[in-house]
Amino acid sequence: MTDIMNATVLLSNFVIIPVLAYGSQLALGALGVTLVYGILRFANFAHGDLMAFGTMITILVTWWLQSIGVSFGPLPTALLALPVAIVFTIAMALFTDRAVYRFYRRKRSTPAIFVIASIGVMFVLNGIVRFIIGPNDQQFADGERFIIKARSFKHMTGLNEGLAFKVSQGLTIGIVFVLVISLFWFLQNTRTGKAMRAYSDNEDLALLSGIDPEKVVMVTWIITAALATIAGTLYGLDKSFKPFTYFQLLLPFFAAAIVGGIGKPVGAIIGGFVVAFSEISITYAYKKFLKYLVPENWAPEGLVQFLSTDYKFAVSFLILVLVLLIRPMGILKGRVI
Amino acid sequence: MSGGYGGADILHDCNISVDKGEIAVVVGPNGAGKSTAMKALFGMLNLSQGNVTLGGEDITCLSPQERVKKGMAMVPQTNNVFASLTVQENLEMGAFLRRDDIFQTMEHVFELFPILKDKRNQAAGELSGGQRQQVAVGRALMTTPEVLMLDEPTAGVSPIVMDELFERILEVKQTGIAILMVEQNARQALNIADTGYVLVTGKNKFTNTGEALLASPEVRRSFLGG
Amino acid sequence: MNNVQRSVLSFALIACLLLIVGLFQSWSLMLSILNLCLISSVMALGVNIQWGYAGLFNVGTMGFAALGGVAAVLVSKGPVPEAWAVGGWNLIIAAFLFMLTVTLAIITYRRIKRGTLRLLVLSGTIILGIFATRYFSDPAIADIEAVNPALTGYLGGIGLPILFSWIVGGVFAAGAAWVIGKIALGLRSDYLAIATLGISEIIIAILKNEDWLTRGVKNVAGLPRPVPYEIDLQKSDWFINLTEWLNSNSLYGLSSIEREDLLSSSVTEFSGIYVKLCYTGLFAAVLVIILTMSVMALNSPWGRMMRAIRDNETSAAAMGKNITGRHLQVFIIGSAVIGIAGAMLTTLDGQLTPGTYNPLRFTFLIWVMVIVGGSGNNLGSVLGGFLIWLTWIEAEPVGVWLIDGATGWLGGTNPIRLHLMDAAQHMRLFMMGLVLLFVMRFNPGGILPEVTKVGKLSN
Repeated sequence: MTDIMNATVLLSNFVIIPVLAYGSQLALGALGVTLVYGILRFANFAHGDLMAFGTMITILVTWWLQSIGVSFGPLPTALLALPVAIVFTIAMALFTDRAVYRFYRRKRSTPAIFVIASIGVMFVLNGIVRFIIGPNDQQFADGERFIIKARSFKHMTGLNEGLAFKVSQGLTIGIVFVLVISLFWFLQNTRTGKAMRAYSDNEDLALLSGIDPEKVVMVTWIITAALATIAGTLYGLDKSFKPFTYFQLLLPFFAAAIVGGIGKPVGAIIGGFVVAFSEISITYAYKKFLKYLVPENWAPEGLVQFLSTDYKFAVSFLILVLVLLIRPMGILKGRVI
Repeated sequence: MSGGYGGADILHDCNISVDKGEIAVVVGPNGAGKSTAMKALFGMLNLSQGNVTLGGEDITCLSPQERVKKGMAMVPQTNNVFASLTVQENLEMGAFLRRDDIFQTMEHVFELFPILKDKRNQAAGELSGGQRQQVAVGRALMTTPEVLMLDEPTAGVSPIVMDELFERILEVKQTGIAILMVEQNARQALNIADTGYVLVTGKNKFTNTGEALLASPEVRRSFLGG
Repeated sequence: MNNVQRSVLSFALIACLLLIVGLFQSWSLMLSILNLCLISSVMALGVNIQWGYAGLFNVGTMGFAALGGVAAVLVSKGPVPEAWAVGGWNLIIAAFLFMLTVTLAIITYRRIKRGTLRLLVLSGTIILGIFATRYFSDPAIADIEAVNPALTGYLGGIGLPILFSWIVGGVFAAGAAWVIGKIALGLRSDYLAIATLGISEIIIAILKNEDWLTRGVKNVAGLPRPVPYEIDLQKSDWFINLTEWLNSNSLYGLSSIEREDLLSSSVTEFSGIYVKLCYTGLFAAVLVIILTMSVMALNSPWGRMMRAIRDNETSAAAMGKNITGRHLQVFIIGSAVIGIAGAMLTTLDGQLTPGTYNPLRFTFLIWVMVIVGGSGNNLGSVLGGFLIWLTWIEAEPVGVWLIDGATGWLGGTNPIRLHLMDAAQHMRLFMMGLVLLFVMRFNPGGILPEVTKVGKLSN
């Protein structure tokens, strides 16, 4: 019985809690990608860099707050900086729309042209971020680190295995939960939210109904930018901030959005957790876990790891390929490709 | 009015009008410019000549959205509902421009199309073809338009459903709305029409009351199959 | 201004720019830049074949270039007999089992009708196959990687002249393109972009982690060269004589000691330039061959058909053109060209460093070259390759110089000034983005637009 408890705790510590936290972060990012896809109808390659931009502002404001001695008690100061960063990021997103995408929207350009334009935006944002904060790792987490420490958990339960639950993980899960609920409430119950869904569903009919496309697009960017900033900040608190990593997160975002069904907000969330679960569970070494569960002489020799951790991003892509082959519209029928 | 999609004009001095509480039907062979005429009236393509007036006001230069505000509503031939939204949300979106209470209008639509009331919380995409058309017409009615334009409302629905739809359209007419309709099923459509327009290659070929057109041997021979 | 005048003018401009680099910085640097310009142009040609001819949105350039790099290692490095001895057989069995699994999976997929049964059999086959493969491959890989890990720890190559790898690199990339194309070419353009981006990341992940193949992040250095080594040149009489003859003016009338010194430093300097010139010759030859073939292909009936498919797939299909087949073909050809360029790049570097493959540099920058040069126009891609690479490289010194000038009044140790000086290199990303956005907006055909029709970007 203790063995089973130990195994469960081990799995919770290294798989379940990380999946919940990482999955929430992916879900937020994928929501942004899927909203832009649903309303503006293109895959936004600049999303990772928009996230990096937002996080950078958070970090700068956090540093400034720290320098004047402001803190948020046990919670990270970055949360205080977040609203400012969101405002800046929204401004940036609206500016890029005004300066770049609106032109192609009026011309009704093909999705490929939009994507290339977003690559241009990606370069610009990437350049700005590296210019201001540099290409290196930045740590900006402060306050308490743990909600539950591994050692005190062991002490409390008397088990061999410890369970650590970081503040950043708890914050991520909590904030994302609240955000997702409010986003869905907004989309289902408000006039603007319904207009967004209508516009995403049938652009021409939305125009015939008098829905103003520019307003829908504007709201979409505001939500996307806010989500990107929050997702980036939470990811940065949980791991660390590095511009290139954020750019690379684009791939799991796309994977999550497509796996769930692109253009479907619920799909993005399901997809985020599916991708996070696959990435972590396929690259986790189950040796210790099995040792608790099987008789001693059966204990495996190797690490019992399906793929080395370096293949994390590859896993998200493999899922993507599988989905494209088996069910191209994703789990919840998104747009057919 | 004359107009087309750039390049050669599809419409040539074509003239269509409809009065309050009346149904005007535009019929004609394939490629006669029926749908083009509808789009031209709704401002979805540019006129090279001529103008569109609504209640005496020249609206030739207005965009489709502005025409909606002025009291025109259009039901396109295809993709005319928000498939992923519920029936009720479809109706709400129809009334998007209105800031006043839309409850009355919605009740009115539900009276006209009772089936929609039962299915109000179902996604429009899950409904049958005929029900979808009802949603589409209902959505257009939500702006309480003066003119309702229907582009082949019976395309792809079964004959029974078609008859029912025509009946509903007659009921809509009773409320004093002007209805302009393009139809493939010329005979049935002319049956309920106050005025019929027969278009051929973008020109008015015959214009008369629906009855008279149905009775005219020439029209029967060429367009109604004897 | 017609296209011919534009081409002449643009290339003259580039020649001037290179000349300026040569005169004000150094000739050696100018040649380094020129060599990378040539390679970039070849890569841009490959992307242009896919995007410009056929409208295929491939953003997996980095992966194909890396495969070319793998070819350079596998062709030029000698085999490691110990590694083959300890793990060779097991690895061959594993490879066989892997292929068997794939074949069985494909057969299952095709023979059994869609449904639960197929899903069960398919997953069963794949899982069993993976276990069987790894039963043999895991110990083999561990053994191979244990063989003298500081120096080898991999199987090595086949020890042929590295020039062969340029062809092999093309073949590798073409093979990968065939597999990818079979899976992904049916997708809408932006999905294809996402898919190829992902595949290129996977290829890099494999290169970084499969040490038995190319030593992973431990890199493979010291690849043999297709051109002479500086050391050898400095020792050979003919080269010293050549240098003496070239520098006879400045050497004239010096005392013998001064003469010795100057000559030996000239020899050292010139040997470097000579090596680079050799590379330039090789790369230029490849570029000219591929460019000629591309131009001929584009103007042939095949090229016209490709463009017809690109501009209107439906009507081309109605005319009986096999769209999927043509797309696959052009995808393979374009990727092969990128693979060749990748092999050339690794040859020039003399080492394979998987850690340095970065999509910004190896994929998106190439795309900027194609769009700015003029998509659909081969000469445009070459021009884009030269221009963008030059800008990319020179943006850093120019940026530093500009910021130095602009912030000079702040004083030497001002933190803002130091930060800006430090960050100046990142401005080039910013600039590339702006250049791309401006060209797309205001000159969508690029500098040299496609000849036959209005540029593709205009619609």
